[in-house]
Amino acid sequence: MAEPVTSTHPADPSRPAVLRRALPRRALLRGAARIGGAVLVLWLVATVTFFAMRLVPGDPAEAVLGGPGSQTSPEALAAVRAQYGLDQPIVTQYLAELGRLATGDLGRSYALRVPVAPLLLGQLGGTLLLAVLSLLLAWLFAIGLALFSTRAGRWGRMLGSGLEIGAAALPHFWLASALIVVFSSWLGLLPPVSTPGPAGLVLPVLTLAIPLAGFLGQVMRESMLTALEAPFVVSARARGESEAGIRRVHVLRHASLPGISLSGWAFGSLISGAVVVETIFARPGLGRTLLNAVTVRDVPVVIGVVLFVAAAYILMTLLTDLAQRIADPRLRRA
Amino acid sequence: MSGARVTGGGGTGPIPTGTGSTGTDPGTLSGTVPRADAAKPRRGPALLVRGLSVGFGGVPGTNPLIDDVSFEVAPGECLAIVGESGSGKSLTARSLLGLAGAGSWLHADELSLGGASVLGLGEAGWRRRRGRDVGLVLQDALVSLDPLRPIGREIGDALRLHTSLSAGARARRVLELLAEVGLPDGELRAGQRSGQLSGGQRQRALIAAAIALRPPLLIADEPTTALDVTVQARILDLFEELLRAGTALVLISHDLAVVSRIADRVAVMSGGRIVETGATRALLADPQHAETKRMIAAVPAGRPRGTRLSAQDRPHRPEPEIDPAVLTAIVSGSVPATAPTSVSAAAGRVVLEASGLVKSFRMPNRSRLLAVNDVSFTLDRGTTLGIVGESGSGKTTLARLLLALEPPDAGEVRVLGEAWSGVPERARRPRRAALGAVYQDALASFDPRLTAGAILRDVVGSADQSVELLDRVGLAASVLGRRPLELSGGQRQRLGIARALANRPQILICDEPVSALDMTVQAQVLDLLDELQRDLGLSLVFISHDLGVVQHVSDRIVVIENGSVVESGGTGPVFAAPAHPYTRRLLDAVPRLPTP
Amino acid sequence: MSDLEIQAGLAGAAARRRSGRRIAGRIGVTEVLAAVFALFLLVATLAPGLVAPGDPLAIDPRSAFQAPSWAHWFGTDESGRDVYTRVSHGTLSSLQIGVAATLIGLGFGAVLGTVAGMLGSVVDFTVNRLLEVMFAFPGLLLALLFIMVFGPGPATATLAVGLATAPGYARIIRAQLVSVRSSAFVEAATVLGRSRARILLRHILPNTLAPLLVLGTLGIGQAIIWAAALSYLGLGAKPPAAEWGAMLSAGRTYLSTAVWMSFFPGLFVVLTAISATVLGRAVERRLRHA
Repeated sequence: MAEPVTSTHPADPSRPAVLRRALPRRALLRGAARIGGAVLVLWLVATVTFFAMRLVPGDPAEAVLGGPGSQTSPEALAAVRAQYGLDQPIVTQYLAELGRLATGDLGRSYALRVPVAPLLLGQLGGTLLLAVLSLLLAWLFAIGLALFSTRAGRWGRMLGSGLEIGAAALPHFWLASALIVVFSSWLGLLPPVSTPGPAGLVLPVLTLAIPLAGFLGQVMRESMLTALEAPFVVSARARGESEAGIRRVHVLRHASLPGISLSGWAFGSLISGAVVVETIFARPGLGRTLLNAVTVRDVPVVIGVVLFVAAAYILMTLLTDLAQRIADPRLRRA
Repeated sequence: MSGARVTGGGGTGPIPTGTGSTGTDPGTLSGTVPRADAAKPRRGPALLVRGLSVGFGGVPGTNPLIDDVSFEVAPGECLAIVGESGSGKSLTARSLLGLAGAGSWLHADELSLGGASVLGLGEAGWRRRRGRDVGLVLQDALVSLDPLRPIGREIGDALRLHTSLSAGARARRVLELLAEVGLPDGELRAGQRSGQLSGGQRQRALIAAAIALRPPLLIADEPTTALDVTVQARILDLFEELLRAGTALVLISHDLAVVSRIADRVAVMSGGRIVETGATRALLADPQHAETKRMIAAVPAGRPRGTRLSAQDRPHRPEPEIDPAVLTAIVSGSVPATAPTSVSAAAGRVVLEASGLVKSFRMPNRSRLLAVNDVSFTLDRGTTLGIVGESGSGKTTLARLLLALEPPDAGEVRVLGEAWSGVPERARRPRRAALGAVYQDALASFDPRLTAGAILRDVVGSADQSVELLDRVGLAASVLGRRPLELSGGQRQRLGIARALANRPQILICDEPVSALDMTVQAQVLDLLDELQRDLGLSLVFISHDLGVVQHVSDRIVVIENGSVVESGGTGPVFAAPAHPYTRRLLDAVPRLPTP
Repeated sequence: MSDLEIQAGLAGAAARRRSGRRIAGRIGVTEVLAAVFALFLLVATLAPGLVAPGDPLAIDPRSAFQAPSWAHWFGTDESGRDVYTRVSHGTLSSLQIGVAATLIGLGFGAVLGTVAGMLGSVVDFTVNRLLEVMFAFPGLLLALLFIMVFGPGPATATLAVGLATAPGYARIIRAQLVSVRSSAFVEAATVLGRSRARILLRHILPNTLAPLLVLGTLGIGQAIIWAAALSYLGLGAKPPAAEWGAMLSAGRTYLSTAVWMSFFPGLFVVLTAISATVLGRAVERRLRHA
């Protein structure tokens, strides 16, 4: 049965054979381009942040010596300026800053008088733990809710969809307060501030995970419903596949695709949420460090946190991209 | 409704009357594999449906979408259920597998598969039968196979669900199945996903998945609709082999010509009822019901140029007076002696000329795709040039070159004797009125925010002229206030034609103008184009993948394959004696009604 | 990605999925409830006296920390001020910040997106890099940075939230513009001999900017949440202003003894955000099927 299938067509865009041969080189090129782009964005972030910080009103040297209110001698100010390189032309300062950044030196904190890089590295673990746990929990919630609401009848669907829209609209600060009131004031189950142990993680993680689960759940439910209405599900049913089997074999995979592609964004919004959550639960981490630094205008710390977050976010986006290509074979051919 | 109930064996052709047991046929589908139910002998029809009604919501039994339908299919027999969109044919197909959908009700006096009643079967009972006792093949395997799973898995699913075969045994069986449906390189194919296969390969894989357990009954819902004619013919061959092996087949289709090739009997559905049924040949030769007559009349293949395909849909308008001499001239493919009035005599005989057109695109892998390769033709005033080719042949790129939406890499387009390609858009713009375009997807070609009235007023300026245009294409003035989204497919295409006419063009470029339409609507639109051509002296370029349509509308045709012209000439001569093997292949594959 | 892009995508998906079911035009219970709440907010904004006749700043130390009752629906705060009155009167400033921030984000995003989509390669590349850089400050970070430069306060908080949401709008509008520009109806207009300027004004821009209403409605919810978050962190409006975020911030101290001080302002933030989502989706459906 030699039918003139289009794939053997010399002029067919979907020639699999040719594409297969060309893939490794193209994949390498694309990978190199993505990494180059990431470095470019990181450099731009550093540049924007650096010049934005020059716009911060007030004399940085004063900030180092305890803020504008403190009585400082001109000599002390001059000494500090020289120490931090603040007496150099701005271009020199910028280049020096880039040079330092390239070697991993983030400068010294004005307020805390310690090197920024080790300070932030110490805070990074806590925030990452919080973000990763929240992301995992949000995924679990979202899948569970989506599975439930696409399975249940009309009322179940409305309930699921209502829960998701409501959850997505919950501000972290309010949700955190509500959780504290319920779980620590009323039930006395969990500490109101984050203690080092696992119990101290529960409320912060819940606070971050619930709104995120609202977003992810809606997205997953939409793609689940789309998949459930797709002809391939009819085909599967016609082969005798059960409803549970259809979800397990077909739908769950389709539903997880947008979830994966949103994880980069989700990670970013978790880091942003960590600012609020770490503050409320008095939990050490990058977010709280950033808020304190913004409040006292500690420029090197702010630049450091921004670069940390941007780097982590960009890395996460790259990973998301990779995960997407692994999960969706169609993207590998595109 | 006893008239709708038909008994098997009334058709012509070789219908095995045996029990459909294995080994009776020496073809490729002979029984190397034990049938799922080889042990139990089967008696009577493979499928028996009596008084089937299906509907959604409300009180069960009221407002049925399928109304009191009865038919039966014997082993090795093919029953085609034919109807237009919305006739209930697809719902009928799915109801036979208990897949009518959520919120549906079903009532039947009798519904049995292989002699066993399936009425009142619960979901678990249905699940045991689906895939084993009855298989389903859907349209467009790109979406009917899970795009994320290798086709080997999809094909093996029925084995996984209904047998206790080991994974290794299933994999071996999948390879056998792939070979049976005519997909060589099974090892490679089994690991590919639907997106990596061509349309024909996908459809074969989908059929393999449906016949994995050799169900005695196969239901195919528009299984060839999205395919090129040559591929379509091969898929029908495959079904024929299955029939010879004793499988009973219910073939659902909108296209009478396609199914007439393999169907033993045809049931015509309209408005949820079977309005007529009978042996294929007898039914086509002597249709009784108006719907059947309409559908038969709408098949364009083999119908001479100028004959109406649809009933006159505007009785209030007098038939346009046609000079019989002109009509004869058009039919015979020569140029009318008298130029139509709306054309200036100075423009000459050739209105559109393409010479040596080349267009290529950069592919993602940096190679170049030669979409159009050295294409030349001329369009004479008042005639229709048909351009025919299969998907991927470069038809659409050619249309875009003619419409000057893209510049050709080499070659030239001339319109009314003047350069058309290669001049700046600013210079071309005032002359664009000479060239109108009718698109396949009419809906997409309208600004979604605008009403039909605004769309026309954009071009003609006044509401009166809009009404006149609408009348011209057979639309009522009430359409003016509606948005294209609210119009039917046929109405949208008429509106598209009205807009194309608004500039009083001399040439119309029609790119697959009827491909998205039901057969009878297609017939109406083709008749409209024909009528307009005669009334206005239009010259048409008619681009289509459908050889039957092109044959009906064209004076001359150009056959393109892979971007190159393989044959051109007068429609009559080319169809009578195709010179190129590709043209012959295309012609052989064109679905036609058997001549009574 | 941004919250807004997800919201917009969801609204589109829901509208598309419903289209086949002939219930597109039906108005659901949730939509009615959302509209009623929006109406309440509107009245509270224009004439707060109509919904809460009291004085939001009237101090009555004797009735401090009262739990919700018939006299004080939402209870009272540490100075005996009626929380219901304060929440209602706070609608104006809370919505003001949210709406203004949305308009800033939308305006900025529309200009960036249109310019990028229209002016072609070099500008497009530049704007895309700029957007990527802005996206590398996820969520509130960009707003925090902005506040650090220009100092805290309601005005800077509004600007900061507007700026932080702009990239999301810009990317949606750019994508819309690119898809409209290459759409079949724009080509059809070209074939009809329309000039580029006319195609741009008559077809491309209106179809690109049509979703702005939906985007704006969806975006208000997020903007109000972010603005309230900034107030809560002490970077926006400050207590004793009757702004929801500021009230929450003030209530934080009394969380264990007077939950209602935090609960009700937060509830209004949540309900506003939900209403915005529900109404935004309803508008999307309307536009798609009108």
